[in-house]
Amino acid sequence: MIVRFNCNGRSVQVDTPPMARLLDVLREDLRLVGSKEGCGEGECGACTVRVDGEPVMSCLVPVAQIEGCRVQTIEGLGNPIVHAVQTAMLATGGAQCGICTPGICMSAAALLDVDPHPTPDAVRVALAGNLCRCTGYQKVIDAVCGALAEREA
Amino acid sequence: MVIGTSPPRRDGMDKLTGRSLYSDDLRPDGVWYGATVRSTRAHARLRSVRRSEDFDWSNVVFVTAADIPGLNVVSLMTDDQPVLADGLVRHVTEPIALVAAPTRELALEAVRHVLVEYEDLPALFDPLVAEGHGVRIFGEDNVYKRIHIEHGTRTNTTAHLIRGRYTTGLQEQLYIEPQSMIAELRPDGGITLTGSMQCPYYIDRAVKRMLGHDRVNVAQAVTGGGFGGKEEYPSILACHASLLALAAGRPVKITYRRDEDLRATTKRHPAIIDLATLVSSDGRLLELHGRIWMDGGAYHTLSTVVLSRAILHVQGPYRCPYVDLEGTVVATNTPPNGAFRGFGAPQAQWAMERHMDRIARHVGMDPLALRRLNLVVDGDVTATGQTLRNPGGFAVLEAAERAATAPVKRKHVRPGVVGAEMREGRGVALAWHGCGFTGNGEAKIRGTVGLELRGNQVAVLSSSTDIGQGTETIFPMIVADTLGIPMSRVFNTAHDTGFVPDSGPTVASRTAMVVGGTCEKAAQRLLRALREAHGEGDFDTLAARAAAAGTPMRVNETYEVDASVQWNPDTYQGDAYPCYGWSCVIVDLRVDVDTGEIIYDRVVTATDVGKALSPVLAAGQIEGGTLQALGWATQEEVVLDAQGCMRNDRLTNYIIPTALDGPEMVTELVEIPYEGGPFGAKGIGEIPMDAPAAAVAQAIEAACGAVLDSLPMTPERVFAAMEAR
Repeated sequence: MIVRFNCNGRSVQVDTPPMARLLDVLREDLRLVGSKEGCGEGECGACTVRVDGEPVMSCLVPVAQIEGCRVQTIEGLGNPIVHAVQTAMLATGGAQCGICTPGICMSAAALLDVDPHPTPDAVRVALAGNLCRCTGYQKVIDAVCGALAEREA
Repeated sequence: MVIGTSPPRRDGMDKLTGRSLYSDDLRPDGVWYGATVRSTRAHARLRSVRRSEDFDWSNVVFVTAADIPGLNVVSLMTDDQPVLADGLVRHVTEPIALVAAPTRELALEAVRHVLVEYEDLPALFDPLVAEGHGVRIFGEDNVYKRIHIEHGTRTNTTAHLIRGRYTTGLQEQLYIEPQSMIAELRPDGGITLTGSMQCPYYIDRAVKRMLGHDRVNVAQAVTGGGFGGKEEYPSILACHASLLALAAGRPVKITYRRDEDLRATTKRHPAIIDLATLVSSDGRLLELHGRIWMDGGAYHTLSTVVLSRAILHVQGPYRCPYVDLEGTVVATNTPPNGAFRGFGAPQAQWAMERHMDRIARHVGMDPLALRRLNLVVDGDVTATGQTLRNPGGFAVLEAAERAATAPVKRKHVRPGVVGAEMREGRGVALAWHGCGFTGNGEAKIRGTVGLELRGNQVAVLSSSTDIGQGTETIFPMIVADTLGIPMSRVFNTAHDTGFVPDSGPTVASRTAMVVGGTCEKAAQRLLRALREAHGEGDFDTLAARAAAAGTPMRVNETYEVDASVQWNPDTYQGDAYPCYGWSCVIVDLRVDVDTGEIIYDRVVTATDVGKALSPVLAAGQIEGGTLQALGWATQEEVVLDAQGCMRNDRLTNYIIPTALDGPEMVTELVEIPYEGGPFGAKGIGEIPMDAPAAAVAQAIEAACGAVLDSLPMTPERVFAAMEAR
């Protein structure tokens, strides 16, 4: 079927089986490979993108469900201006191997839209669906908590 | 000076914006997808392996052991592991045949249409049973290696005899990027491999021996975590992808699905450790007798070296006048175990730290007072007869205690849980960790680094990969400061065996300390070479003269082992490591007494890093390793079925810590310089794995009286231990 949606501000249409995973459509059809597959069953969060602003695991979303939606991937988050959470993650050391990093940035950006100055506990809840094996999370949490602090200071 | 500051990591913005290309993100023109036919039996003869006739094979290539042009061996330490099973399988998930097809789906469908007939053989799963058993898996007695060390003088005073058994289970490295490798045909008939890896030269050698020729080069793609899991295993994917690319006449990519990765790839060695100590009534260790058994699985991989590190660390950071240790690593019919951060030392120190708590209970001492009494000081001698110089046990203990005086901020997010009865506890544990290869390892490897002048920039050529720890950033920092130029003018080249020298593998807490140290010496050599060719002056002046002269400038530097380091691999006596790191961990946690669940509130670590080259990257290693250790302590359990196959082969039931599970981390970096490391740096990659689990066990005991001597301390086990009080 033909599915039309807005991807990172551009209208796109793809000809795809309706049950194709959004993750595969992004990676294979649109060649947006910043969203990663770590488990394929919605546990690791490496494939997190935003659909109409909400963070979702794109490996669990059949593409037919996003007809007419606004999809943002990591390629759209920092473009043209790097998002505050990306800058903060660079400063605190929140990215190491980087495979979980796009997903973490998408979940964090969604949190910061509704809670610009989150507590560490709030960040832990918001990122509970994004597994990271490198950082122990502390530097990620420091980054998200402080991402918007500097801007308003 | 950039050393000692924390410039943003070189690969950081590309990773943060999704521009970094990992193996599975690469799609060479015409690429096909490979998949693996695996054994469903633990131990069996292969009666037949054939393709089903009710499947269209016209667009699928099929490869078996018969198609291997050179040696059917995954080259590593011994030649026991085949690339593809030839007549016999020794563990479930062992590769039997390979397929490749234009799509992943077709490749996986083809795997389901390969018919394997087995003739089952008796299988062994328990290392204590397998040792010397008549069913042979490896050699005469299923023993990969036995190591014995005896050192010191036995006591003749009256003493308490205290015995205990401590065990640990399998643990999966759980890099978030599954294993992935691409093989492409070169115009000269050779193969280029690109993929997720720690050690390009391991793969280079393995593929060359399997193909029977040297037209092979191996390049690292951006790699999504390793932790040892991508030390030796990627050689298997590389051999497989190469065979399929040759058969298909086109590029082939193999990316494991998570469930396949969990079932098939190496894990941390399970260990059974018996300790018996003689202790004076005032708490001094007099004799330590240790017996270690490790389960190596069905092939050798790196098991003998893992055992070696376990033996060399089991004494812990404590003085003991007489030590008698024996370790055995045994073959069983389970998937092979292999490298994992810490490499035997975490298992050994879990046992010794728990044993110290047992001693404290027995002689009626405070566990920390007992540790202080026995903690090594300058001039103490280890089980190998090595005299310790300036050990950092007291320094890290004091630093951790200072940091732990701040009040604990209790975490209160437990979605869905109300009114639970919680008990608070604190635990303290200590560890040491030998940095770099054991004994004469570096002398054998002779790791080499190249530096090349390119205009006024300097390229660093090494095979040391960045798997998240920060090599792309640290090497340029070291070279820049040594040359006296801005870091912006120094960069690492791609890690491609086609043009970088062999710097040794990216393992053993050696990259910053050993290869980084070689970078420093290479930069000094480059300056000398420039001065010889172009007279006196600073680097910029000389580089400009070299550019004007148009002569290429390239130096190679090979690591030289400090001549004072003496090691005898036959007697296991001498200087086991050039230096040691030291760590102290203080855990504050709560136990839910109704469920046995552990809530981590705060973990304070103090770690002797020699010199924090980049404090942010150094703390990142410590914090990540600490959480991996907490996962090993209380959450991560591999459940095997009757064939030895991992049953919980998904992230829904193999549970690693989330952001909600993780504690607040307070990370103290202590700097006791090692004169042989760059700017004084020691290796730090593995030491965070060593102490946390024991600190957790002590904290649980303090909170609720439950005594646990087996890992993992899952809620069920904690609950049972509370019931057994």
